[in-house]
Amino acid sequence: MYLNQFLLLAAFLFCVGVYGVLARKNAVLVLMSIELILNAVNINLVAFGLFRESVAGQVFALFVIAVAAAEVGVGLAVVILIYRNRHSIDLTEVDMMKG
Amino acid sequence: MLENAWVIPALPVLSFVLILFFGKRLPKHGHEIGVAAVALAFVLACVCAVQWVQRPANLEVKPGSEEHAAAPGSPAQANAVAALEEKAPPGSEGGHEGEGKGEKEGEAGEHEAEPIRKPVVKEVTWFDNGQTRVKAGTHVDGLAVTMMFVVTLISLLVHVFSTSYMHGDRRYTHYFAALSLFTAGMLVMVTANNTLQLLVGWELMGLCSFMLIGHWWEERNNSNAALKAFFTTRTGDVGLLIGIAILFFAAGQTFDIADINAAALGGEVSHGLVLAGAAALLCGVIGKSAQFPLHTWLPDAMAGPTPVSALIHAATMVVAGVYLVARLYGVFWSGFDIGGGGINPVALVGGITVLIAAALAFVQTDIKKVLAYSTVSQLGYMVMALGVGAWTAGVFHLVTHAFFKGLLFLGAGSVSHAVHSFDMKKDMGGLREHMPITFKTFVIGSLALAGVPPLAGFWSKDEILLGASSNGYPVFLVIGLLGAALTAAYMTRCVYLTFFGEYRGHGQPHESPPAITVPLVVLAALSVVAGFVNVPGGEWFAKWTENETVLSAGVAHHSFSPFVALFGSALGLLGIAAGYAYYWRNLGPHRLTQRSGAAGTGYRILENKYGLDRLYTDWVVGGIKGPIARGAYWFNQRVIDGVVNGVGIIARGLARFVYDTVDQKVVDGVVNGAGIGAEDGGRVLRLMQTGRVQQYALFLFGAVVVLGGTLVLFTTG
Repeated sequence: MYLNQFLLLAAFLFCVGVYGVLARKNAVLVLMSIELILNAVNINLVAFGLFRESVAGQVFALFVIAVAAAEVGVGLAVVILIYRNRHSIDLTEVDMMKG
Repeated sequence: MLENAWVIPALPVLSFVLILFFGKRLPKHGHEIGVAAVALAFVLACVCAVQWVQRPANLEVKPGSEEHAAAPGSPAQANAVAALEEKAPPGSEGGHEGEGKGEKEGEAGEHEAEPIRKPVVKEVTWFDNGQTRVKAGTHVDGLAVTMMFVVTLISLLVHVFSTSYMHGDRRYTHYFAALSLFTAGMLVMVTANNTLQLLVGWELMGLCSFMLIGHWWEERNNSNAALKAFFTTRTGDVGLLIGIAILFFAAGQTFDIADINAAALGGEVSHGLVLAGAAALLCGVIGKSAQFPLHTWLPDAMAGPTPVSALIHAATMVVAGVYLVARLYGVFWSGFDIGGGGINPVALVGGITVLIAAALAFVQTDIKKVLAYSTVSQLGYMVMALGVGAWTAGVFHLVTHAFFKGLLFLGAGSVSHAVHSFDMKKDMGGLREHMPITFKTFVIGSLALAGVPPLAGFWSKDEILLGASSNGYPVFLVIGLLGAALTAAYMTRCVYLTFFGEYRGHGQPHESPPAITVPLVVLAALSVVAGFVNVPGGEWFAKWTENETVLSAGVAHHSFSPFVALFGSALGLLGIAAGYAYYWRNLGPHRLTQRSGAAGTGYRILENKYGLDRLYTDWVVGGIKGPIARGAYWFNQRVIDGVVNGVGIIARGLARFVYDTVDQKVVDGVVNGAGIGAEDGGRVLRLMQTGRVQQYALFLFGAVVVLGGTLVLFTTG
């Protein structure tokens, strides 16, 4: 068991998440990608906690999970409202804030 | 009451404030407050007087000027002896008995070491600058008690008189307020124990005099007269201020009058310093008491209401100067060497004033002006009395004069109340039948003034003449006798023109109401009996009033001289007889002024008041004001205008520069630049604002990568 295995996994997950956030047009998939990023972070936290023999990493991971749950709730609600108004959840079409 | 004498001046002050604030709303427009306050003050002054008389006389002061007559060159030494003896306890007086009495045994010796009443002093610290503690307080001695009594009495009568005389006046309330303040000023002055307090009272009276002379200021003449009185007395007041300053330092940094007197008499102060102080104070006296050559304001001051003339310009304020001499007698005594005989400035000023003012009284047609010049002349008598060393006589004359001159002025007021004029030649005459009370009282006042025995004026004038003859001042004896004859003659003229002959005015004159006649009767009674207070044999007045200063200076006392009395009253009667012959019997050189060139010239000189008014207004004032005005104009045009214009030009250039450079370029540039910058920045930045969330996320991650890369690069590399 080496720490770098966890870190590599987390880095991979993070990159997948970032790609999803930047590249996908579907808002739900973007939200799911954000979850991937957060979970990559969670892995890092728990791994470092174990490595340093500290419980703090796990505590932070729990907080991140709770915050992620709240974020997904809000995000899905926004997506649903967008869908109701435009009958589409394509993020490229949502550009009313264009300057 | 003697300890709490401050209540007496405080009452009129209170009355002044109350009248000023509430007078107009009261049913009688304020005179009830004034009359009540002054009446109460009078009662308290009477209580003071009674307590003073009953006070045990236990202070022994030894006269110390025996060597004066013998060796005038060394007054300081003699006074030093006096001061030493004064400080010694009363019990040890016996040891010194033999030293002092010398050559003048026959004259001065009969009053040796008679105990006097100790003055009642009460004082509080006024202010304290670390070195000098200036006290305010009351110094009540016989002189102060006498003055309080006289001032409150005359003031009360004048208040009562005014309620009728000033009835319906447009500034009735203010008139009574000023009258109250005036009374307060005089009382503050007479009870003062230090020269500063004295100055406060003195100036307060000057102010009230100004306000009351100019009471009817709508007429130009009246306000001019007020200004003249104020400025003329002010000229003298400069001297008073300087004198107070000199004496403050001469007496060892003290304003205390008793200390100043003691220091002046004590001889430890240099004679030159005392002389300078006395000379400066004399200037103040000349101004305030209308002595030659600053007497010109007093006749003009008759522009004020008649009761004011009675109160201020006859009975009380103008005697402030006399009081000042009497109060600071130690300074004058040793400064001018009054005990030495011959001629000294105080007596000289008084003597000149007696004669010139009496002469001027002959050519006046205005009844008040006759009385005004008579006042000036009588004030001259008082000053002369003090100057020749007859202290008691001077103060006594002050008191009796206050009674009969107050009476005469109020009588003149009563007459003018009836005929609405002051002109004796045009609007009076024959008032004897129409105004019996006024006539009788006026005649009593005139006789008292003329010095007819046994009325008040006789006794006091006789004492002055006696003092002049016995103290080695023969010149002033002659002046006094001449003045007595002149006084009697011009008063006869005045009485004739006013009350005898045919009535020359308009309408039907009638006797005045009781508010006017009662004060006349009271004053007439006093004019008759007041002289007996100091009648030879009793001499209670001298015993009551003479204070430590006077006795330690060694003012000589003289026994009654039938010769002087006879001569004095004979000359008075002669004056009356001459007047009687001239006016009633039509004898003597009538129309002399038209027939004789010399007499005409003399008459014109008198009519022009010796040209003094012209000298002051045209030469002195005119001479000063022309160059000063021109100088001020030049200064204004060249210097002040130059400065103002220069400042304007500089300011304009500076403003132009600031506008062109700073404002237009710098400030506006910054403001416009900010606007333009914001606009351009916005135009560029809006390209980034695509509205697409994922592009924003891309920027975000890109930035994170760049920052993270930089961090890694710098921390590891």
